[in-house]
Amino acid sequence: MKTLHVSTRVNGDETDFVCAPDETLLDALRNRIGLTGAKEGCGTGDCGACSVTLNGRLVCSCLVLAAEAEGAEIGTIEGLADGDKLHVLQQSFLDHAALQCGICTPGILVASKALLEKHPEPTDEEVRYWLAGNLCRCTGYDKIIRAVQDAAQKLRSA
Amino acid sequence: MRYAIPKTAAEAASLLMEEAARVLAGGTDLLVQMKSGARSPEVIVDIKHLPGLRDISREDGGFRIGAAVSGAEMQEHADLVAAWPGVVEGVNLIGSTQIQGRATMAGNLCNGSPAADGVPAQIAAQAVVRIVGPKGERDCPVAEIPTGPGKISLGRGEFVASILLPARPERSGDAYLRFIPRTEMDIAVAGAAVNLVLAADGTVDQARVALGAVAPTAMLVEEAGAALVGTKLEQPALDALAKACEAACKPIDDKRGTVEFRTHVAGVLARRAARIAYVRAGGRA
Repeated sequence: MKTLHVSTRVNGDETDFVCAPDETLLDALRNRIGLTGAKEGCGTGDCGACSVTLNGRLVCSCLVLAAEAEGAEIGTIEGLADGDKLHVLQQSFLDHAALQCGICTPGILVASKALLEKHPEPTDEEVRYWLAGNLCRCTGYDKIIRAVQDAAQKLRSA
Repeated sequence: MRYAIPKTAAEAASLLMEEAARVLAGGTDLLVQMKSGARSPEVIVDIKHLPGLRDISREDGGFRIGAAVSGAEMQEHADLVAAWPGVVEGVNLIGSTQIQGRATMAGNLCNGSPAADGVPAQIAAQAVVRIVGPKGERDCPVAEIPTGPGKISLGRGEFVASILLPARPERSGDAYLRFIPRTEMDIAVAGAAVNLVLAADGTVDQARVALGAVAPTAMLVEEAGAALVGTKLEQPALDALAKACEAACKPIDDKRGTVEFRTHVAGVLARRAARIAYVRAGGRA
């Protein structure tokens, strides 16, 4: 199998990597670039643990070929905090104990950020539908919804 | 295995003539099939960079939707949603927000699932599929694309380049509803799409009804549409609609729904979708 050379931008940084033609973006992020925040839960686009943004659009990185990232703009959980300063959503998840084991959390944070950029004042129902593709087996979701709404309110008044 | 980005339609068609070549647009079916071992392509042909494939453009009063346009992009196109709300809501039922960021209406069609949520409303809308292949372009009614579970009528080297949703007359509306045992993220047990054009007095002038997940392919039910023409969706018309839908059902029996259940629900969904389409067309329910 021929390896491909891919030039992309990840969290604003120019990034180059080599990959196999059938390698997923998730595997390239984790194994080639060392960004292990995105997780593999199901590998079939059902659980959302691998959520990233691709040219600003929320996607499952397990359903994107790494080769498709050529010339693209990728956003991962590693780009959320500003150095040591947590993103409002991250702090809100801590404040509301909106995580337990934490495997789903990077994907849910990336998905929530995409939601609030598009809908700064969502209803609870809108948050639940938006996050329907992010499975969490620990929290029962209520704390996640509260954390997202609290962050939304803080971002609106910021 | 190779990954190819053709720059022209002819180049894409030529790549697709190769052994075990597969089209990649949104990839939300293909990558899952590769992962499960159901498909092992030798060459993946990424059609997203072909001219026009990512565009929604106006054509003869209708909308030409490129084969690589995602569900999210369709949802954000206000004029498209206003003209064909049923088609867009069908496509938007596919998967999660993440899947919508990638999945395409053309891919949903070409995956060939009898339960594809993006297909019945296209059939009701009389969408026309533009196919490109080694011999050039051809247009095909959408209903003739799926031929059975996982099977489509495209020949070797052919791919869908775009889908045309025709111009809307005044007083027209469409709707799509499906049944799943939960609220999100599931495969339709039954689905129904209704596309109506009303006369000035609110009487149904034209009606097309299509069902999904109740036969080997999504299908047009002509008798169901005929049951609505000349009515204002009074109870007897809706009863006749449901009966025609039930008569057309040839569903499978599986853990997600029995034959009886799917047949009954197809009629119920058609009634409800008809009422929604009627109101969208400006009729008073």
